[in-house]
Amino acid sequence: MAVLKVTFTKTKRDKLAQVLWILNWVSVVTGMILLSLGLFLKVEIQQRRELMSDREVHSVPNMLIAVGLIACGINFLGGKICYDCVDTAKFLRWKLLMLPYIICTFFFTFLLLVGALMCYCMRNELEESLFVGLRDAMRYYKDTDTPGRCFLKRTVDMLQIQFQCCGNDGFQDWFYVQWIGNRYLDMSSAEVTDRLRSNVEGKYLMDSVPFSCCNPSSPRPCIQQQVTNNPAHFNYDYQEEELNLWMRGCRQALLEYYTHIMQSIGLTVLIIWLFELSVLTGVRYLQTAMENVLRQGDPDSESDGWLLENSFAETARYNFNIIKNLGKCYQVDDDPNIDVPSTAQHDPQTGEHL
Amino acid sequence: MALLKIKFTFQSRVRLAQGLWLLSWLAVIAATLTFSMGVFLKAELHKRSEVMDNTEIHAVPNTLIVVGLASLGINFFAGRICQDALDTTRFPRWKSFLQPYFILSLFFTLLMLVAVIMSYAMKGNLEESLKIGLKNGIRFYKDTDIPGRCFQKETIDRLQMDFRCCGNNNYKDWFEVQWISNRFLDFTSKEVKDRIKSNVDGRYLIDGVPFSCCNPESPRPCIQHQLTNNSAHYNYEYQTEELNLFNRGCREALVSYYMGIMNSIGAGVLSVFILQMSVLVSVRYLQTATEALVGQENTEIETEGYLLEKEVKETIKEKMDTILKFLPINQVDAAAGQGSAEVGEKPATPAS
Repeated sequence: MAVLKVTFTKTKRDKLAQVLWILNWVSVVTGMILLSLGLFLKVEIQQRRELMSDREVHSVPNMLIAVGLIACGINFLGGKICYDCVDTAKFLRWKLLMLPYIICTFFFTFLLLVGALMCYCMRNELEESLFVGLRDAMRYYKDTDTPGRCFLKRTVDMLQIQFQCCGNDGFQDWFYVQWIGNRYLDMSSAEVTDRLRSNVEGKYLMDSVPFSCCNPSSPRPCIQQQVTNNPAHFNYDYQEEELNLWMRGCRQALLEYYTHIMQSIGLTVLIIWLFELSVLTGVRYLQTAMENVLRQGDPDSESDGWLLENSFAETARYNFNIIKNLGKCYQVDDDPNIDVPSTAQHDPQTGEHL
Repeated sequence: MALLKIKFTFQSRVRLAQGLWLLSWLAVIAATLTFSMGVFLKAELHKRSEVMDNTEIHAVPNTLIVVGLASLGINFFAGRICQDALDTTRFPRWKSFLQPYFILSLFFTLLMLVAVIMSYAMKGNLEESLKIGLKNGIRFYKDTDIPGRCFQKETIDRLQMDFRCCGNNNYKDWFEVQWISNRFLDFTSKEVKDRIKSNVDGRYLIDGVPFSCCNPESPRPCIQHQLTNNSAHYNYEYQTEELNLFNRGCREALVSYYMGIMNSIGAGVLSVFILQMSVLVSVRYLQTATEALVGQENTEIETEGYLLEKEVKETIKEKMDTILKFLPINQVDAAAGQGSAEVGEKPATPAS
């Protein structure tokens, strides 16, 4: 029994072909949308590559770009095929190609689904990457004279200003990092030598943060130095002060930003997947209907279209047998046309067993 | 003698009508662009309206919006006129409409030119407005507890960070203003008392600037306090330090930003003006060439088109006479009435 059989008159077939032609061109446009979404995500990640450690974060935009390009190609071909399907003579050209085309498109839609799921699953990798990347960026903040790291200070400052965040998890991260370069420290001063000696690694640590952590919404001029030292400032209690510095950590801020982008992209890809699936179903119906018309001989007659000729179980068994028999190519079989020498010995003259 | 007379054959009339139709649609697009440019400029000016003292500069975007809308109407009608111009039965219904149409169109097109001139000429006005606005902004920076002024601090901080500028003319403007509020100053401290006593107005002045003046490009962590005191910081000389704070004043930054926008808009609107004038001239030629056909049987003859029926001076004189006739209409009647009454009385008196 055929799966989901539908009977098509000639006019219905023609209309189906026309509609599929239009839908295929719409799919080309959605393929281009996918491509541009992939490019956008790639550019966004490239912009902040200094804050991410080298990990597999580029796989998602690359996948989206590849899928977008393939979608454009497949749907362009599909549009051409559907355009020719109105005329049975032209359909003969495409007859042999159609089944492989449908199978390829079916696997391609799987790829789309995988792409959409990857968008949602990228979060953990991104978090790891940002944690390591931001930690290193803060460590090298002071190295504005080291080639390769001299713009890290500007990058981190602009990041903290733009994303309204401070440090990795919070502003306290800056207390454990020396963010003032040694060439700006007066090594002869007692205060500096005290601080350097106060920790094992000889780093100049203080409870201060860079100016980019300051929140402009604060009613009070920014307190960046001696942040945890309440008596150092008049009328100040750092545990109650929420508007002075940015409270959010930059890792969380960037993660939220990228997750938001990827969730929107993932949703778009899912919608495009559903659309592609419906176009594929239409093309399958058109293919089977056209083939049946050709089998019947009369191009104007009614024909049936289906998804599968037999039920799922039978089709699966049939295909499984084909695959099994592919392996038997070079083995002996019971074909009477092949001359197989028998194992018993015969006397060629008398025909008797020896 | 007609002004700028041109002869039109039937073919050239048809081509003029077709060209005008295309031109009028281009002009509609241009008018929409003018309108949107006006809206954009108004939005940009409104964004930073807190640091501007007056809203006189808003005359430029307002004029652009009005002109854009008017141009849409003008060009829409121009398109309709040229569609009807080739049909002599439909054309006469436009007859009474065309005279006021031309006057209005000319007025709005000239207004476009005025907008262009204003966008270049109002630089001084903008600068003055910004000077006063920024001065007040810096003065009220500390008043985050006074209603009406509590967002000045945030406005100025974000302005300085976005436009990469510091102070009105430069960062030294902050030295002359108390930008730390009294409620954050410890009045029992000797340092605070000294500073307050050191000037006539009793203000707490320091050679420091807010954090928003800090330049992220500096290789060194930002120095905001004791800027002119070289010995307070290691390896620091404020005269040679260029990257520590933003060097530009905010007034200069804002003026150059807005003049940049207005100059580009001015250049665009000038080209729209030229397009609009050509549409009006074409409509006038088409109108005069087609009017000569009215009443004729053969619509394919050659006609003449002109801009004005008589010379400029004569036309102006004629119009002035018409206007003058309408103005003292009561006085003329009263004088005529009095004159006839006197004439009526005079023969009566000699008789009696």
